[in-house]
Amino acid sequence: MSPDLLKLIFGRLSIDSLPLHEPILVGTFVMVALGGAALLGGLTYFRLWGYLWREWFTSVDHKRIGIMYMILGIVMLLRGFADALMMRAQQALAFGGSEGFLPSHHYDQVFTAHGVIMIFFVAMPLVTGLMNFVVPLQIGARDVSFPFLNNFSFWMTVGGAVLVMASLFIGEFARTGWLAYPPLSNIGYSPDVGVDYYIWGLQVAGVGTTLSGINLICTIVKLRCPGMTMMKMPVFTWTALCTNILIVASFPVLTVVLALLTLDRYVGTNFFTNDFGGSPMMYVNLIWIWGHPEVYILVLPAFGIFSEVTSTFSGKRLFGYTSMVYATVVITILSYLVWLHHFFTMGSGASVNSFFGITTMIISIPTGAKMFNWLFTMYRGRIRFELPMLWTIAFMLTFVLGGMTGVLLAVPPADFVLHNSLFLIAHFHNVIIGGVVFGAFAGINYWFPKAFGFKLDPFWGKLSFWFWVTGFYLAFMPLYVLGLMGVTRRLRVFDDPSLQIWFVIAAIGAGLVFLGILSMLMQFAVSFLKREQLKDVTGDPWDARTLEWATSSPPPDYNFAFTPVVHDNDAWWDMKKRGYHRPLTGFKPIHMPSSTGTGVILAGLATAMGFGLIWYIWWLAAVSFIAMLAVGIGHTFNYHRDFDIPADDVIRAEDARTKLLAGAK
Amino acid sequence: MTVAVNPSQTGEPVFYLADEHPHPEGYSTSLGFWIYLMSDCLIFAMLFAAFGVLGANYAAGPAPKDLFELPLVAVNTSMLLLSSITYGFAMLTMQQNKTAQTQMWLAITGLFGLAFIGIELSEFTHMIYEGATPQRSAFLSAFFTLVGTHGLHVSCGLIWLVTLMVQVWKFGLIEANRRRLMCLSMFWHFLDVVWIGVFTFVYLLGVLR
Repeated sequence: MSPDLLKLIFGRLSIDSLPLHEPILVGTFVMVALGGAALLGGLTYFRLWGYLWREWFTSVDHKRIGIMYMILGIVMLLRGFADALMMRAQQALAFGGSEGFLPSHHYDQVFTAHGVIMIFFVAMPLVTGLMNFVVPLQIGARDVSFPFLNNFSFWMTVGGAVLVMASLFIGEFARTGWLAYPPLSNIGYSPDVGVDYYIWGLQVAGVGTTLSGINLICTIVKLRCPGMTMMKMPVFTWTALCTNILIVASFPVLTVVLALLTLDRYVGTNFFTNDFGGSPMMYVNLIWIWGHPEVYILVLPAFGIFSEVTSTFSGKRLFGYTSMVYATVVITILSYLVWLHHFFTMGSGASVNSFFGITTMIISIPTGAKMFNWLFTMYRGRIRFELPMLWTIAFMLTFVLGGMTGVLLAVPPADFVLHNSLFLIAHFHNVIIGGVVFGAFAGINYWFPKAFGFKLDPFWGKLSFWFWVTGFYLAFMPLYVLGLMGVTRRLRVFDDPSLQIWFVIAAIGAGLVFLGILSMLMQFAVSFLKREQLKDVTGDPWDARTLEWATSSPPPDYNFAFTPVVHDNDAWWDMKKRGYHRPLTGFKPIHMPSSTGTGVILAGLATAMGFGLIWYIWWLAAVSFIAMLAVGIGHTFNYHRDFDIPADDVIRAEDARTKLLAGAK
Repeated sequence: MTVAVNPSQTGEPVFYLADEHPHPEGYSTSLGFWIYLMSDCLIFAMLFAAFGVLGANYAAGPAPKDLFELPLVAVNTSMLLLSSITYGFAMLTMQQNKTAQTQMWLAITGLFGLAFIGIELSEFTHMIYEGATPQRSAFLSAFFTLVGTHGLHVSCGLIWLVTLMVQVWKFGLIEANRRRLMCLSMFWHFLDVVWIGVFTFVYLLGVLR
């Protein structure tokens, strides 16, 4: 075929785009292909496709979507962590003239992919998944405000993850660092597909994130059960509300800044170029106007989880509920006033730097208030050291340390010394792992019995906990030391042999974290095998306080047979204390949204469009876009999106629960 | 709702609604659509900000004075403003359940919208023909992106308008269609407001600069 025709059909995609010359990638591909084939074969053999499609992929049930988000997050954690292990190994080895085992072309992709995946496709799905699962239950609702949109949002997030994963085997990923600063990310310096994978992966996922933000705000504002005033909402719901407000108020900024970079790369405009009046610094400002709220988007729900866990496992009402709510709101607002602290060295001048330095330091006040609230909740409480509580205590110790190094970095003169050093890397891993990841694990261990009807195995859970915590400290404390000594981030080889020992310690720490992750996977497997022993028949395995524990584990599709009425902050605790009797008769049909495959199809088309745009396969992009429009419009012609669960089905489900409860006594 | 929260007559607290009325269909739609509009507003805010930063970086190329023809832009603005008024008429007739008249006003709104897009495209073509391309300077990049994004929104609004006209024609002014027309109404007026910002800050102030 003529080269012109090939180019028309395949764009810039060719056989050379496959990384056949990189043994690490070929090996990974073989592993992934074998594992994938085994998984697909297993699904086919056990005839699970129909079940998965009907009950999960097309489901608009917020609980199922929440669980799918969690699975996505954990799968992507494995990929992101593999990148981390490679970096730690490379930096521990590349001393004394050794080049290590990663060529720079590959190493630069690894650190970029690590950051992008961990933030967008691990932390975000874990946080969104927990909010999706828990919030409607906590507010006594049957589902979210827009159930179809929820399914669509999830699949858009998957679409973004698919694009980023595809870059591993088809072409390459960005070599720019996780925020892809221009001019490096512009077409002149990054002519390959890497940055385009980055852009379209994030744009596709970003649509999903924004829509799910709108969805959850509406859910919390409109669908709370009677009696639940704003100041009676559980703290997790409060943090979810603030986080989703942050999402809606910051992700459009990311959308715009990436779109402008796209125009620079595809059309040749001059937003972020060095010549023709462009301003690369504008990119840095804009992306951090999204980026700083983003870290609070991740950590606020974690704060909410810790609040629920602390009061449940201390057997006490949360100390300072009102101050907790106000602290959350203040953090939400302040998170927009600090973005410039990410680039004090840009040269904005002393006054501007002082302003942003001070606002940054002020954020530690509401955060500190929260920390004291948790401590006072524990004070004189009858603390049960179950897994969620262990993660919470590890968080408190770790996060305070990370917070203090953060305040240190907020001092502009200190930042001039530490900017872009490993001290910074240690700081943000300290707060993101210590805050978000520990929070997600606390949440997983806490709500797992609610989602699946059996608790997680404590032995493997504790093993995972101790590997993670010790591994974390071993991996990141050396980076503080190295950073203070002036070692900058993203280096591939080192000259000074005296630094090596620190990198070796850090690599050992990463190895321990790896054992922690393996133990966690073991924990899931063992718990599944021992599910009869670990079974939760009461629906309230922790003697907890909020509404989600009022229903069965796992909850029925409709969540609550009758919409609850709330009188107190700790609604379920109040019900237990004041002699609540579970209704046994009078069930009625329940109105619920129907499943639909439209979300999967739309997100699939969006992903195909992204792929076409990345590789300049214009026909594919155009066809997918038109198909997306057609499917989207077609969907609006379906006016019947709900059905009624018949009263008989409700009676059957509720009677089964009555039997279970009777057996538990 | 307040009744349910109070203790029942026997003095026992009420912990659930025995007699529940599900939320009406589209209960959260207008709030959700408002929040979406605010997120869209933020997109325009960023593009305005980019224009504010880069709007004077002509890179020795053409400046607003050399490019903008205010009379044409004024005509264009009136197209969009008139389309907002006619959309308002469509909503009034919708409330009176007059399907045919609603459709007529929607069609007129669409024609005004189409005229707006047509004039904008001819303006763009003319500028590009004169060498004032989006690639020429950061000012022009920001100009084309801001105004073009608005135009793209209006185009999406037109596709939506046609879809809704078909749906009203097929299913009548049912509750769901009224809600959809209301959402498009908010979208359409929102674009009008954004355009007033564009007209003022990009065109009028640009020519003064």
